[in-house]
Amino acid sequence: MKNVDIVIVGGGPAGLAAAVAAYDNGAKDVLILERDEQLGGILNQCIHNGFGLHTFKEELTGPEYADRFIQQVKERNIPYLLNTMVMDISPERVVTAMNREDGMFEIQAKAVILAMGCRERPRGALNIPGYRPAGIFSAGTAQRLVNIEGYMPGKEVVILGSGDIGLIMARRMTLEGAKVKLVAELMPYSGGLKRNIVQCLDDFGIPLRLSHTVVDIEGKEHISAVTIAQVGPDRKPIKGTEERYTCDTLLLSCGLIPENELSTAAGVELSPITNGPVVNESLETNIKGVFACGNVLHVHDLVDYVSEEAAKAGQIAAKFAQGAIADETDKEIVLKAESGVRYTVPVTIHPDRVDDQVTVRFRVGDVYKDSYVSVYFDDNRIRHQKKRILAPGEMEQVVLTKKQLAEYPDLKTITVKIEGE
Amino acid sequence: MYDIIIIGAGVIGCAVARELSKYNARILVVEKNEDVCAGTSKANSAIVHSGYDAENGTLKARFNVEGNRMMENVCKELDVPFKRIGSLTVCTEKELLPELEKLKERGERNGVEGLRVLSREELLAIEPHIGDEVVGALLAPTAGIVCPFKLTIAFAENAAVNGAEFLFDTQVNKVYADSGVWHVVTDEKEYEAKAVVNAAGVYSDMFNNMVSERKLHITPRRGDYILLDRSAEGFVRHTIFQLPTKLGKGVLVTPTVHGNTIVGPTAVDVDDKESTATTAEGIDSVIAKSALSVKGLPVRQVITSFAGLRAHEDGHEFVLGEPEDAENFYNCAGIESPGLSAAPAIGVYIAGLIREKLHLSEKGSFVAERKDILNPAKLSLEERNELIRREPAYGTIICRCESVTEGEIIDAIRRPVGARSLDGVKRRTRAGMGRCQAGFCSPKVMEILRRELDMDLTEVTKSGGGSYIVNARTKGGE
Repeated sequence: MKNVDIVIVGGGPAGLAAAVAAYDNGAKDVLILERDEQLGGILNQCIHNGFGLHTFKEELTGPEYADRFIQQVKERNIPYLLNTMVMDISPERVVTAMNREDGMFEIQAKAVILAMGCRERPRGALNIPGYRPAGIFSAGTAQRLVNIEGYMPGKEVVILGSGDIGLIMARRMTLEGAKVKLVAELMPYSGGLKRNIVQCLDDFGIPLRLSHTVVDIEGKEHISAVTIAQVGPDRKPIKGTEERYTCDTLLLSCGLIPENELSTAAGVELSPITNGPVVNESLETNIKGVFACGNVLHVHDLVDYVSEEAAKAGQIAAKFAQGAIADETDKEIVLKAESGVRYTVPVTIHPDRVDDQVTVRFRVGDVYKDSYVSVYFDDNRIRHQKKRILAPGEMEQVVLTKKQLAEYPDLKTITVKIEGE
Repeated sequence: MYDIIIIGAGVIGCAVARELSKYNARILVVEKNEDVCAGTSKANSAIVHSGYDAENGTLKARFNVEGNRMMENVCKELDVPFKRIGSLTVCTEKELLPELEKLKERGERNGVEGLRVLSREELLAIEPHIGDEVVGALLAPTAGIVCPFKLTIAFAENAAVNGAEFLFDTQVNKVYADSGVWHVVTDEKEYEAKAVVNAAGVYSDMFNNMVSERKLHITPRRGDYILLDRSAEGFVRHTIFQLPTKLGKGVLVTPTVHGNTIVGPTAVDVDDKESTATTAEGIDSVIAKSALSVKGLPVRQVITSFAGLRAHEDGHEFVLGEPEDAENFYNCAGIESPGLSAAPAIGVYIAGLIREKLHLSEKGSFVAERKDILNPAKLSLEERNELIRREPAYGTIICRCESVTEGEIIDAIRRPVGARSLDGVKRRTRAGMGRCQAGFCSPKVMEILRRELDMDLTEVTKSGGGSYIVNARTKGGE
């Protein structure tokens, strides 16, 4: 069996950034395993701009953003295998993978970084009634067909769900000459970024119908129409509000799910809220030496934060692989998400293992205006920051420094919550 | 002229075709859809009933029990997944407990073996998630689960290997007899045969009524189902039925041979024979009713919902064989539950009637065995690597959720009665049947279909007919 210091599962933005950071932190024996035929992951089909404002201070397209990292990987001669599917990861960090050239093979890794990304929630999981004809796509599948294969799914489009990919595809299909009739969103707020609503819907006069859902799909062979209806506070359709729209395409952008089947099989504990691994300050899962970053950990809003988080994972994994990481001590601080905060990543902090700072990322469960993000160290409020707007579509973060943590040597619980005043 | 034309390539039509292919006869199967297993056979509970449910002395009882007994061998010969997991019919009302004994007696008279009434305690020991109100159950150890797609496809493939011809995308508009010869009229042309088998599912009344004065009337009875991801595997270990109460017939909860969990069906009579749309009420009621027999069903793991139509004949009975006024026209009508269970036995029975009537002789060259598409996951590491060296396509995973390789998909397309659409590939290989429901693999499967069948991407369909996936190039596309 081959031995490798760090195996990175996935060559998308998370895997690439993790590889570069691991290398730059002294781990020279790194291998990226990528299932697709090129590095870059889903960024390759995201041909719109708006990537990299934080990381590179300029607006790049998805492929351009990916290429910046791919070049860094190539400059360092970090090896990668394409068209290679990881089939299994054992708790002992034996990675089993397969491709056409090498067949099925095993690698013993000192550290594994999970960077498999996420997938879209399919129609079936949404329990939309009606027929099951052709012409219904998750937005990302349609994006691939249009941007990579160069084919259009149809000309009259209805979109259910206002996730970012759905919003981007509303604009993309419009630019390709299709008529996007509306975007229906079950929730009373959008799941996507504000800037995408403005640039992809408002600018093209595409209506966003909040608190609406699809209640019927017509067409036995190919979709021919949908019926949408308003939903009440219980998210159930309200009788009498039905409206029928003819269409030949229904796109779904109703949430992303971290792809953790490999993690689960390895025994990695998952959070029921994020569907991603439960990690500590080192982005390490409950399995020693197995780290997670990017959308497989929790779904991010901007790729810049994916890169940032992944670099951290790469840096720590490098330390781990070199035996330079402090062992976990009993001193463990638990993070709690309360009052509007849905979750935090990480879930625990071992202050002895914190180098300089820990970034705590989270999302809120509703829209909050003129509210405060508060952080409590046990009962002491150490942070109370006003935010003009907080929305579920945007990821939030607070940075905790080693110095702050050191001021509370007996700290047991850190609570992050949204407060009015 | 054909010896036999079979109308309909569902599980019954294909079972009959396979049995008839044992004899020296020219056989044609005509199907209006683009593939086998496109109607009732594709959307049902995927179970093999033990046979206690049907009334004593009925064809349903006879063919269910016979089919159940045959299933294991048939599935072994044809390499179809089948598991004899047993069924439990749970009773949720103390006053109804005697009904279980009655069912047991009825089953025993039907010839069902091993029936036993279990107490709640005995039940909990084998099914820990049983509902709080369940007071007892009838255990039928001979019940099982089967892959209905694979069973139908295997019958068809085996029939084709033994010489039966298949004609898809071909609707039969008229059937009539003239001077002892049957004429089967399609849009394109007219075919002649000595005998016709009516295995047209919900349309079988229509064909019977064209040729016989003994009219049939079939009501399509729609059933909504939900399917849970394999991550819920092990939630139940048996097929769990509910004893009907005054609130009506319950729903079943059962594992599938692939580790998914099926819950359903509803029973709604509809007029439209194509009406396979699910309804919100149907799905809600399936979930609500399941709570009677099991608690804590992980409904968040739903990956799809679907509806199927059962061909319910007014007589509430299978209609098998020749109507007295239509010689050499063989009905397989009213095949609702337990039709899938009965299919192997119906195949043998109908083929037997025709063999006798047409004096068919046995074919020495009949090949009884069929191998399914190779599943590389069942190979050892060495065997798998040897396979990939020989055929590298087995080293590329196309469907990540179900770990289906390109090699398997190519095999599904190239084999007899091969796949020609995304659904065809899905039913043969499971590519696209997993939790992402083809989100990632469909563009790749489309490309393989395009390449293998030498067509344009715009000609690739989900399930034939007008079910195209893409219909034009983008502005930048060449």
